[in-house]
Amino acid sequence: MKTLQADQLVIDIPGRPSGQALDFAVEAGQVWGVLGPNGAGKSTLLHTLAGLRAPRSGAVRLDGQALTRLKRKRVAQQLGLVFQERQDGFPATVLETALIGRHPWLSPWQMEGADDLALAHQALQQLDVLELQDRLVSTLSGGERQRVAIATTLTQAPQTWLVDEPTNHLDLHHQVAVMNLLANQAASGRAVIMCLHDLNLAARWCSHVLLLYPDGEACWGPAADMLVPAALERLYGQRLLTVAVDGAPVFVPVR
Amino acid sequence: MIRPLLGLGAVALLAMLLALALGSVNIPPLELWQVMRGEGSVLSRTLLIDLRLPRTLAAFATGGLLAVAGALMQILLRNPLADPYVLGLSGGAAVGALLAMLAGLGTLLISGSAFTGAMLATLLVFGLAHGTGSWTSSRLLLTGVVVAAGWGAVITLMLALTPSYKLPGMLYWLMGDVSYARTPWLALGVLVLAVVVILPLARNLNVLARGPMQAAALGVSVRPLEWTIYLLASVLTATAVTTAGSVGFVGLIVPHMLRLVLGNDQRIILPASALAGGTLLVLADTLARTVIAPEQLPVGVITALLGVPTFLYLLHRSRG
Repeated sequence: MKTLQADQLVIDIPGRPSGQALDFAVEAGQVWGVLGPNGAGKSTLLHTLAGLRAPRSGAVRLDGQALTRLKRKRVAQQLGLVFQERQDGFPATVLETALIGRHPWLSPWQMEGADDLALAHQALQQLDVLELQDRLVSTLSGGERQRVAIATTLTQAPQTWLVDEPTNHLDLHHQVAVMNLLANQAASGRAVIMCLHDLNLAARWCSHVLLLYPDGEACWGPAADMLVPAALERLYGQRLLTVAVDGAPVFVPVR
Repeated sequence: MIRPLLGLGAVALLAMLLALALGSVNIPPLELWQVMRGEGSVLSRTLLIDLRLPRTLAAFATGGLLAVAGALMQILLRNPLADPYVLGLSGGAAVGALLAMLAGLGTLLISGSAFTGAMLATLLVFGLAHGTGSWTSSRLLLTGVVVAAGWGAVITLMLALTPSYKLPGMLYWLMGDVSYARTPWLALGVLVLAVVVILPLARNLNVLARGPMQAAALGVSVRPLEWTIYLLASVLTATAVTTAGSVGFVGLIVPHMLRLVLGNDQRIILPASALAGGTLLVLADTLARTVIAPEQLPVGVITALLGVPTFLYLLHRSRG
């Protein structure tokens, strides 16, 4: 089942040639990793896929319908986005932050009910931040904030996840926990698209990979086909050593 | 969550009763009760129903309008130091009002001129900030602050050129003075209507407070919502300024004090701002009428004297 589809999509990065149009479909159960050097447009791609930025050309389709023709509220019921950067202008607690994930599901006069609260508690529990629920988000560490942000999207319960660097600020254990959580979301019939910097996380958890080159070129396909040393060395301009561990390739930069 | 609102409502009623009872002539509770039942002496009836009641209601409406407008501006600009006047709206209103006073026009025309000036100022800032394409909240804020400085210069120029016998009326207007209010009903109507319009949008505002991108990702149509808030806050402020001149600091301090106590859920903060802002201005106006009775102080002086220390305290806290 197709969930999110890029239809001859060219993302809009000022001053850059259009390069190759993206044309792929993400299906339920798949985990896509978007790889590319700094400034290649990974975040811009995620924002465009979420309908927050207009593409230069082409369209994004959600369940076959053009994103621009759907109401924002309906899009938010289907599509969740974890941002790389967050601003907290006004103080808010961890629980309040998780609860705003229910926003697209509530009508204007409706208050959050017991079931919404239960979903938020469950999500905070899964991200290991339930005991912080009454703390102000501004007092948390970077890794704790990252987990609260993921818990907010888990509370939102979208069919398709867009995640901008899910493992940012996380320690090794929580990196693995978060990647497993995202993989489980896919395994239970949802779809996940995430930007990653760590090739080895991509090799271990992604079913599909999209390589985004700084000149606008791109290629995509099953992870095993894309994660080959020659392509990755060109992508980052960095020589790599490859070893196989536990059935997956491990890439190590050459000094 | 309805309890704090009921509490604030009760305090508002008490404040209004106090405002009715106190003044150059104090009216004891028994007589107040008689007048409310349609009895009492003619003098007390005139004093209460024709003079103090409209003024008290006007003070309440003005305070409520300013506090709600301030709460909205703080969310729109995502800046806790924003107030209803931050975008130069009061400057536009003041220029309008002073022009009408210079021309020797009557109260009604002064009010109309102030309202026109306020709405012109709103459109000016919005048009300039819109400029070439998108506006961000920081660009809107910067445009507003610079335009406000321009209005300030025009006001100073006008005061310098004004014959001295006209100055006291102008200065009172600039500081804010409820005694200009002729009828409270328009302001009260706008306040009630605004709260009814904004309440179903209040959860959208909670999400918007986390930034426009996050809000859009959670299903908020950000641009139409921002337009609605900006226009609504402008109409509220213009109505308040037209009713009682530019009363300072209510729009800044009331939402902040409420956020410190009640948290930052706009579904509570907005109606609570209406009640608490109204109460504060009713009390301030009562003080303004009684401190040196039968002379009166402009109410804006009292709110600013309360507001300045609160503002400094908040600023101090925000650094720490």
